[in-house]
Amino acid sequence: MSQRIVIDPVTRLEGHAKISIYLDDSGQVSDARFHVTEFRGFEKFCEGRPLGEMAGITARVCGICPVSHLIASSKAGDAILGVPVPPAAAKLRRLMNLGQIVQSHALSFFHLSSPDLLLGMESDPASRNVFGVMAAEPELARAGIRLRQFGQKIIELLGGQKVHPAWTVPGGVREPLTEEGRQWIIDRLPEERATAIGTLEKFKGLLDRYAAEAQVFGNFQSLFMGLVGPNDEWEHYDGKLRFCDSRGNIVADGLDPARYRDFIGEAVENWSYLKFPYYKSLGYPEGIYRVGPLARLNIAERMGSPLADAELDEFKQRGNGAVTSSFMYHYARLVEIVASIERIEQLVDDPDITSPRVRAAAGINYLRGVGVSEAPRGTLFHDYEVDENGLITRMNLLIATGHNNLAMNRTVAQIAKHYIQGPKIPEGILNRIEAGTRLFDPCLSCSTHAVGKMPLRVRLYGSDGSLLDEAVRD
Amino acid sequence: MAKVRAATVWMAGCAGCHMSFLDLDEWLFEFAKHVDVVYTPIADVKEYPEDVDVALVEGAVATDEQVHLIRDVRRKTKALIAFGDCAVTSNVPAMRNPFGGAEVVLKRSYEDPANLNPQTPREEGILPVLLDRVRPIHEVVPVDIFLPGCPPPAARIQAALEQLLSGEPIKLEGRDLIKFG
Repeated sequence: MSQRIVIDPVTRLEGHAKISIYLDDSGQVSDARFHVTEFRGFEKFCEGRPLGEMAGITARVCGICPVSHLIASSKAGDAILGVPVPPAAAKLRRLMNLGQIVQSHALSFFHLSSPDLLLGMESDPASRNVFGVMAAEPELARAGIRLRQFGQKIIELLGGQKVHPAWTVPGGVREPLTEEGRQWIIDRLPEERATAIGTLEKFKGLLDRYAAEAQVFGNFQSLFMGLVGPNDEWEHYDGKLRFCDSRGNIVADGLDPARYRDFIGEAVENWSYLKFPYYKSLGYPEGIYRVGPLARLNIAERMGSPLADAELDEFKQRGNGAVTSSFMYHYARLVEIVASIERIEQLVDDPDITSPRVRAAAGINYLRGVGVSEAPRGTLFHDYEVDENGLITRMNLLIATGHNNLAMNRTVAQIAKHYIQGPKIPEGILNRIEAGTRLFDPCLSCSTHAVGKMPLRVRLYGSDGSLLDEAVRD
Repeated sequence: MAKVRAATVWMAGCAGCHMSFLDLDEWLFEFAKHVDVVYTPIADVKEYPEDVDVALVEGAVATDEQVHLIRDVRRKTKALIAFGDCAVTSNVPAMRNPFGGAEVVLKRSYEDPANLNPQTPREEGILPVLLDRVRPIHEVVPVDIFLPGCPPPAARIQAALEQLLSGEPIKLEGRDLIKFG
């Protein structure tokens, strides 16, 4: 038994987690583990329930990205009904998903990560949070809050409420967009476009200051996976799956998301409630891949809108075929906010967007359906099997954050190895390790579907159980 | 006037109630004038502090660690608010209760032959142990105020907090303030 440091709980993540750091006999970091400590059991307790309930129940997997679950669930339902949804319904689902990408990315950047980036990784933990940013940089905080509000309001205009709207259904959506709603979005767009561009520029200005972090914050070779559109463009709702390597070479392309089991395996470890997906051809754990904003930008050749296209070209110059540092998740997230706002601009001008024809009706025609969407954090799969009456007989959810599980563990280990030398715990290091996990914006609420002024106390034990060192952060 | 010491706690829930709290948007600036948030998952405080005036607790009680946490919160808090339907009724997390204990539900997710190394994760001292029966908060510790909703809309949270800040006892009446779901 080697020595172990435990960080409990990991804060400013959307979920419940601990981190262990292992030292070998010479006091060097040998390994680190990111433990997900919660489990709820959706795959079991949805058995026997009607297909029509699934969107409403699985939205409750996650209050941060319920729209991703609503969409993936409804698309699994579309496949079981065997009907194409009306064009307006697909566009409205896209609009809601874009609203969610904006609100969720704004939350990740402004509310959860900007305290590290703006106040400093080693600033006072008591104020290193969103309230600290509100006090230190009120204008920036207000802009971030309003950006998130913009995304949440789009969700509410379509679905009637900001969290868990019961709006998408197998076959389409329940309600069209009203003209008043369309006008509200149009009126607010210029402000949010300016905020998105301004924040991206500000972040680029910070990159030099964080050059050292970018080198060791999850900077390694891996595959990248996500959906791409028919013209190799950034995609968040439909399309085919693509895997690229860390030089940007396409490893697999045009994959049907419904056949995900052919190329993605899941491993279980005794020390985490979060399973470990891997790319089957390379085995476990060599088949490590990353998903989410960084992956989507690495696999796409264009964003599909003018400003974001230019930003993507500039982003790609920071890598050699692909951008490999996980620190760049922040950057990619901000580019995606710009892209989402431009696509919202396109959609509100689409003649279909206020069409009343938004739902196709059908019965149970197929006994299995897989629905996929790009959640803010990566590719989300809902896989349902039903009986003739449409009652669920088997369900499997493959969650965005789950795909990044191997990568988050590797990131934590890389940061720990870089900053910890010997049995003493250096000041400020623990938050760097936590900040490493925050890059992935892990939504542990989702992942565990199967699932002030206080000290942080970390203890380091020797192999004989004796206390070697204790760090308390006041 | 001294600032109110407030906390938010997250147990077995989806974070939707915390998101709804953040949907207070710019009113959060007003809130921060009167309130010090001394413990919340969106800040870096690791241990629940003493002398908390009010705590919004999201989620049901589903693990041994959450039993310890909610007892600790109760001991150190004047007014404990069961925040949202999972806290109030145990809601979605309790949907596993009829299946007969944690083991059955864990098996379905982890001991699936489709997985590599099928096994139920249970590293001692690291992974919390699931309770066989998920419970609402008031079955474990006394609750002062029930704030229902899945999630409670931001306007409802604001109404409750405004009453609290005015020093009056909180009284939630009418559909807009007490509807479930």
